Amino acid sequence: MTPLELFGEQFMQRALIAALLTGLAAPAIGTFLVQRRLALMGDGIGHVAVTGVALGLATGASPLWTAVLVAALGAVLIEVIRERGQTNGDVALALLFYGGLAGGLFISGLAGQSAAALNRYLFGSLTTLSRSDIVVTTVLAVAVVGLCVGLAPQLFAVAQDQEFARVAGLRVRAYNLLVAVLAAVSVTVAMRTVGLLLVSALMVVPVATAQQLTRSFRTTIVAAMALGALASVGGLVTATFASYEVTVAPGPTIVLLALACYAVAWPIGIWSRHRARLREPFPSGQAAPQHGACDEHPHAHGPGCGHLAVPHDDHVDYVHDGHRHAVHGGHYDEH
Amino acid sequence: MTESAAVEVRNASVALGGRPVLRGIDLTVAPGDFVALMGANGSGKSTLVRAMVGLRPVIGGEVRLFGTPLDEYDAWSRIGYVPQRATAGSGVPASVWEVVAAGRLTRRRLLRPLSRADRAAIEDALEVVGLVDRRRDAVTNLSGGQQQRVLIARALAGEPELFFLDEPTAGVDLPNQQVLADTLARLKERGATIVLVAHELGPLAPLVDRAVVLRDGRVAYDGSALQDHEVHQPWFAEPHTHHHHHERPPSVSAPVGRDDQLPGGRR
Ligand SMILES: Nc1ncnc2c1ncn2[C@@H]1O[C@H](COP(=O)(O)OP(=O)(O)OP(=O)(O)O)[C@@H](O)[C@H]1O
Ligand SMILES: [Mg+2]
Repeated sequence: MTPLELFGEQFMQRALIAALLTGLAAPAIGTFLVQRRLALMGDGIGHVAVTGVALGLATGASPLWTAVLVAALGAVLIEVIRERGQTNGDVALALLFYGGLAGGLFISGLAGQSAAALNRYLFGSLTTLSRSDIVVTTVLAVAVVGLCVGLAPQLFAVAQDQEFARVAGLRVRAYNLLVAVLAAVSVTVAMRTVGLLLVSALMVVPVATAQQLTRSFRTTIVAAMALGALASVGGLVTATFASYEVTVAPGPTIVLLALACYAVAWPIGIWSRHRARLREPFPSGQAAPQHGACDEHPHAHGPGCGHLAVPHDDHVDYVHDGHRHAVHGGHYDEH
Repeated sequence: MTESAAVEVRNASVALGGRPVLRGIDLTVAPGDFVALMGANGSGKSTLVRAMVGLRPVIGGEVRLFGTPLDEYDAWSRIGYVPQRATAGSGVPASVWEVVAAGRLTRRRLLRPLSRADRAAIEDALEVVGLVDRRRDAVTNLSGGQQQRVLIARALAGEPELFFLDEPTAGVDLPNQQVLADTLARLKERGATIVLVAHELGPLAPLVDRAVVLRDGRVAYDGSALQDHEVHQPWFAEPHTHHHHHERPPSVSAPVGRDDQLPGGRR
C-alpha cells in the first residue's frame, strides 16, 4: 500500500482528525495548568481515568464516557484537596493517582478483560477509532478549546493572582473547577491518541516549549496549541511511515516529537534571552552614562566585528565582555 | 438621605490558623477620605485590608462596603486592590499589558472582546506608572519596584472609586512615588476614597487626611495624620517596655489603647 492510498483510508483520516484535535485541546488547557504550577495534574487525572475506562469495559458502557465521568470526579476531588490546604496536598494527590491506576487494573482483572483492551487506552490506539468515537472526540475537543480561548481573560486572571481575581468579583472556585473538569475532558480526548500514561506530556511539553520563546500569555497558549497540533499530526505521520519497516506506535512518537521540539527550542530560548538582556536599553531618565575611556584596545569595532552592536542614542555601542564600547574619536568609551 | 460610609468595619475580629490576628476593630471610612493605615510589621495591617475586601472571613462583627454587607456585595468595579506582594509572576510568562488588562475584568462581560474604553483605560494606567514602553515585556523580567508599579496599574485600569493599597510604594523609587502621589491626588479630587497601608508615606504624606495605627491587632490610634516617626513612638509600638509617662506629641489627639499608657506596664 502506498502512503497516498494509506492516507485515503477512512481509519487513517479519522486518526488524523483525532490527532489534530488532541494536539490543539491538550496544550490549550495545559497552559492554564502550567500557569498554576499544576503541570502534573494531567498525569493524576490520567491515572484516575484508568479506573473509568476499566469500569466502562467491565460494564459494557462506553469507556470514553465512563472515563470522562470518573476523570472529572477525580479532577474535582484533586481541586478540592488542593483548595482545602497545602499541608498534605501532594500526598493526598499521590494516593489518588495510585488508587486510580490500581483500581483500574483491579477492576479489569475482576471482569476478566484481556490486557489488550485496557492497553489500547493506556498507550493509545489512534487507528482503531470508530466513527462515533470521532464525533464524540470532536465535540469534546471543540468544547475544551472554545472554553479555554473564550474564557481566557478570566481563567488567566484567576490563575495569575487568585486573590486579586476574587476582589475583581470573579467566581474563583467555579473557574478552578471548570479548569479541573476541562483538564479531565481533554485527558479523555487524548487517551486514544497518546494513551493515558502519556497524556500529560501533550498537555505540558508544548507549553514548556512555547515558553522558551514567548513573553506573553497569549502567544504562549497560541504557540503551544500550534506545537501540540504539529507534534500530534507529525508524530502520527512519522509513525505511519516508519511502520513500513518496524512496528512504531503513534503515541510515543508524538510525545518524542514534542520533546524534540523542546530540545530545539531550549538553546534558542537561552540564546534569545541572553540577546534580549544585552539589547536592554538604558533606563530613561538616568544620568548620562559615565564617560570613561577604556584602556588599551587592540580590536577595531565595526559592523560585523563579531561583537553585538547595540544602538545607543546617536551612536552604536559594541557589547564586549559584558560592557559596552562606543567609538569616540580615536578610542573607545565605556558606556 | 445620608450617604453611607465607603467602608464600615464594626467590631471585626480575624483569626488566622486559630490565632486571633485582629481583635474588635472598629473603623469607618467616609467617601472621599484618604486614610493611612500604619503600624509595625505583623500588627495586622494587611489582614485588615484583606478582611475589608472579603479575602479573610471576619468572625463576629461586620464589614460593609458602600453600605452593603460584604456577603451581598457585588459592585466590585468600584473597588481597586493592590496586594502587598514581591512578585507578579506565575508558571507561564505574562506580559505587563496582560496583567494590567486583568484589572479591567471588573467591567468586562463574559465572552466579549475588549471595548475601546477598556483599551484606553489600560493605556492610561500604563502611562501613569510609566511602563508604556515595557508593555510587551514579561512581568518576571521587570525589577521588583517595576512589578509593584504593574500591580498599581492593574488596580487603576478598573477605574475604581475605592482603593485599598497595601504598601504600594514599597521598593518604588522616589520619582515614581511622586507620580503615584500626583495620580492619587487627582483621584482624590474626583472623590475617590483611599485606604493606604504604608510604613513611610514619603510624597504621599500631604494627601493623608487621617491616620489609623494598628498595634497587635487592635486600633491604637485613630486621628489626624501622623509623621512617619510618630507611629513608632513607644506608646504605639512597644506597649509593655516603657517605664515613664510620656509627654504626648501634640498631634496625637486620641489614642485608643489603654494599658499602653500605664507607667511601668505589665511585662
Ligand atoms: N496565613 C497566615 N497564617 C497565620 N498567621 C498569619 C498569616 N498571615 C499573617 N499571619 C499573622 O498575622 C499577623 C498580622 O499579619 P499582617 O500580614 O496583617 O501584618 P502587617 O501589619 O501587614 O505586617 P507588614 O508590615 O510586615 O506587612 C502576623 O503576626 C502574622 O504572623
Ligand atoms: Mg502587610
